[in-house]
Amino acid sequence: MENWRNNRLVFAVLALPPTAWLVIFFTVPLLIMWVYSFAERGPQGQINLAINLANYARAVEWIHLGIIWKSIWVAAITTLITFAVGFPLAMGIAFAPARWKNVLLLLVILPFWTNLLIRTYAWIAVLRTRGFLNFGLEWVHDKLSTLFASIGFPELMGEFEALELLYNQKAVVIGLVYVYLPFLVLPIYATIEKLDKSYLEASLDLGAGHWRTLFSVTMPLALPGIASGCLLAFILSMGTFLTPALLGGTDSEMIGNLIARQFSSSRDWPFGSALSFLLLYLTFIILWVRASLAGRKDGPI
Amino acid sequence: MVDNNTIISIRDVVKRFGSTVVAVNDVSLEIKQGEFFALLGPSGCGKTTLLRMLAGFESPTEGQILIDGEHMEGVEPNKRPVNMVFQSYAVFPHMTVHQNVAYGLKVTGTPKSEIDDRVRESLSLVQLEAMAARKPDQLSGGQRQRVALARALVKKPKVLLLDEPLSALDAKLREQMQIELVHLQKSVGITFVIVTHDQNEALSMADRIAVMEQGDVLQVAPPSELYEYPNCRFVADFIGKMNLFDGTVAGIKDGKVLIRVDEFADQLSNLVLPHNEHAKGEVGIAVRPEKIRLDENEPEDQQVRLKVKVTEVVYYGDESHLFLESTGGARFAANLKNEARDTHAEIVSGKELWVSWRPEDTLVLSS
Ligand SMILES: Nc1ncnc2c1ncn2[C@@H]1O[C@H](COP(=O)(O)OP(=O)(O)OP(=O)(O)O)[C@@H](O)[C@H]1O
Ligand SMILES: [Mg+2]
Repeated sequence: MENWRNNRLVFAVLALPPTAWLVIFFTVPLLIMWVYSFAERGPQGQINLAINLANYARAVEWIHLGIIWKSIWVAAITTLITFAVGFPLAMGIAFAPARWKNVLLLLVILPFWTNLLIRTYAWIAVLRTRGFLNFGLEWVHDKLSTLFASIGFPELMGEFEALELLYNQKAVVIGLVYVYLPFLVLPIYATIEKLDKSYLEASLDLGAGHWRTLFSVTMPLALPGIASGCLLAFILSMGTFLTPALLGGTDSEMIGNLIARQFSSSRDWPFGSALSFLLLYLTFIILWVRASLAGRKDGPI
Repeated sequence: MVDNNTIISIRDVVKRFGSTVVAVNDVSLEIKQGEFFALLGPSGCGKTTLLRMLAGFESPTEGQILIDGEHMEGVEPNKRPVNMVFQSYAVFPHMTVHQNVAYGLKVTGTPKSEIDDRVRESLSLVQLEAMAARKPDQLSGGQRQRVALARALVKKPKVLLLDEPLSALDAKLREQMQIELVHLQKSVGITFVIVTHDQNEALSMADRIAVMEQGDVLQVAPPSELYEYPNCRFVADFIGKMNLFDGTVAGIKDGKVLIRVDEFADQLSNLVLPHNEHAKGEVGIAVRPEKIRLDENEPEDQQVRLKVKVTEVVYYGDESHLFLESTGGARFAANLKNEARDTHAEIVSGKELWVSWRPEDTLVLSS
C-alpha cells in the first residue's frame, strides 16, 4: 500500500482522469486562445487565422493601457484596504481561545457557501440610494432631527440627502474588499497560527511593548503569509469582472470587463484573447518577482 | 520579612488552569541575591509554570511574587527586571546575532553608541564576537543558545530565568555548557533561576535546589544536603539512585532506634540505627548504592550485613552496577569501581557476596 507511487500501473490509472480533465478543459482551450490572440477578427466577428501581433499592439494603445492601469490601481487600493482589515482579523483569530477559533474561521469562509452573483446583488440592495445603508442613515438622521427639534433647534440637521454609494469606484472597492477578504485572511492566519509564540514572548521579555512586538517580530515573521495573502487579493481583484460590472459606474471598467466585452457584445475573440494573455503574463511577472524575492537568501520574505 | 539579601520571594503561590488543573500548589520560596537556584522535578510538575509566573507570562491565581522587594502583580513582562532564556531559545530568525542581542536595548531606547558597546561585551561573554553578522540559521544549536543567553544578559537583569536551557544539546556539549553557565553566573553576579528535570544538571550547577512534584515544593536545599539528607521518599528516590525498603520501628534502646525490615528479617532481626526524629511507626529505609560495601567473605566487623546473590551486572566502563538479591528477597543496587582492567572479572550473575553499610549512612524517611 505504501508504495503505490512505485506501482506504475496504479499510478497511471489514478493520474489519468485528472490529467485528461486538465488537458481537455484547460490546456487545450488555453492553447486555442493563445493561437486566436494572433488572429484577426473578420467583418462578422469570425476568426481569421492571420498570424500577426496586431491585437497586442492594439492592447497597448493608450485607451487600453488606461484601463489596465486603472485595474492595477483599483487592485492595489483593494489589497491595501483588505490588508488593513484582514491582518487584524487574522491575528484575532490566531490568538483567540481554542474553542472560538473554528467558529471564527467558519464565519470567514461562510460567504463562499453562497453564489458570488447573489452576494453582489445583496451589496446593491445595501448600497443603492434607497438601500439598507441609506435607510439606516436616514433613520438616525430623523431621530437626531426630532431630538434637536425637541430642544429647540428644528433646522439644525436639514433635509436628509441619500449618499451616492453605488455605481462608482468606491462601490467597486467595497465589493472587492468584501469578496477577497477570506483569500487574504486565511494564508495570514495560517502563518501566524504556526508561529512559535515564544518569539513574541521573548520580545515582550526583552522590554518591547505590544506594538513594537507586532511590527518588529510578528509581522516580519508572518511576512510569507502576508505576501501570499496580499498577492492573492491583488491578482484576483485585478482580473475581476463581476464586481465592477454590477457595482461600478461607467468609468469603473476594469480589464476583466474589457475582456468580457470582447467575447460578448464586441464579438472580437482574437483581441479578447490577446488581452487575456496580457493579463496572464502580468500575473506571471508578479508571481516571479515574489518567488525570486522569497528565494533570496537574506531577502525580506 | 524581606531581608535585603532576598531577590525573589514567592509567597503561597497557587496557579490553576481552568477549574481542575493545579499546576502550582501553594509554593513559598525565597531566592537569594547572586544565587544559582534550580527548580528540579519530573515532567509536568509545574516548573515551567512557576518560572513563567516570575517572568510575567502567567499570573498567580493566589499568592504574591516579589522581585527585589517589589510586588509583581499586574506588572507586564516587559516591565520586570528579569529576563528569560527560552527552552526553544526563541532567537529571532529574521535578525542577525548582533540585531538579536541589540533588540532588547533598542526597544528601550538605549543610545546607539552604548548599544554597540554592550552588545560587543555581551557577545564576548559567550564567545560569539566572530558570529555577530550571522543569521540564526547559520548557527549550531549550542551557538543559538549562547545568543539567547547574550541577548538576555545584555539587559543586565536582576534575575535570569532559564527554562531547560540545555535540554536540546547533546550530552558532551551539555556538560561543557553546564560548566560555562556556572562560570558565567559567578562572573556576572546575576541571580540565575534554572528549570531542569535533569538531576545531574541541578546537582552540578546549583547553589540550592527546590525539588517539585505535582505542583508542590518538597525540599529546598543545597545539592549535597539534598543528596545525603532527602526529607521524603520522593526526593530520596528522584535524586540519584537509592535502595529503598519499608520498615517498622520496633523500639528504642540505649538511644538507638531498632527498625524491623521484613526482607532483612531472615538474617537481621533489627537494624540498629542512631537516633532519628523521623523514626516513628512505618518508615522508609534508604541507603545509596555507593555507600554499600561488597565483600566476598562475611565482614564480621560490620554490624549491618546481609548475604546476597548477584542477579545482574551492568558495565559502564569506569564502574559496574551490580544488582543483588538477599535470601529474604531484599533487592540492592551497588556500585563497583573498575580500578584495574581485570578486576572483578569473577563477579558474574549467581555469585554470592556480602553487602554491608554503616548504620549512620542509613536514611530513615517518614512515610
Ligand atoms: N496553559 C495551560 N493550560 C492548561 N494546563 C496547563 C497550561 N500550562 C501548563 N499546564 C499544566 O500544568 C502542569 C504543569 O505544567 P508545566 O509546563 O509547568 O510543567 P513542567 O514541570 O515544566 O514540565 P516539563 O518538564 O514537561 O516541561 C501540567 O499538568 C500541564 O499540563
Ligand atoms: Mg517545562
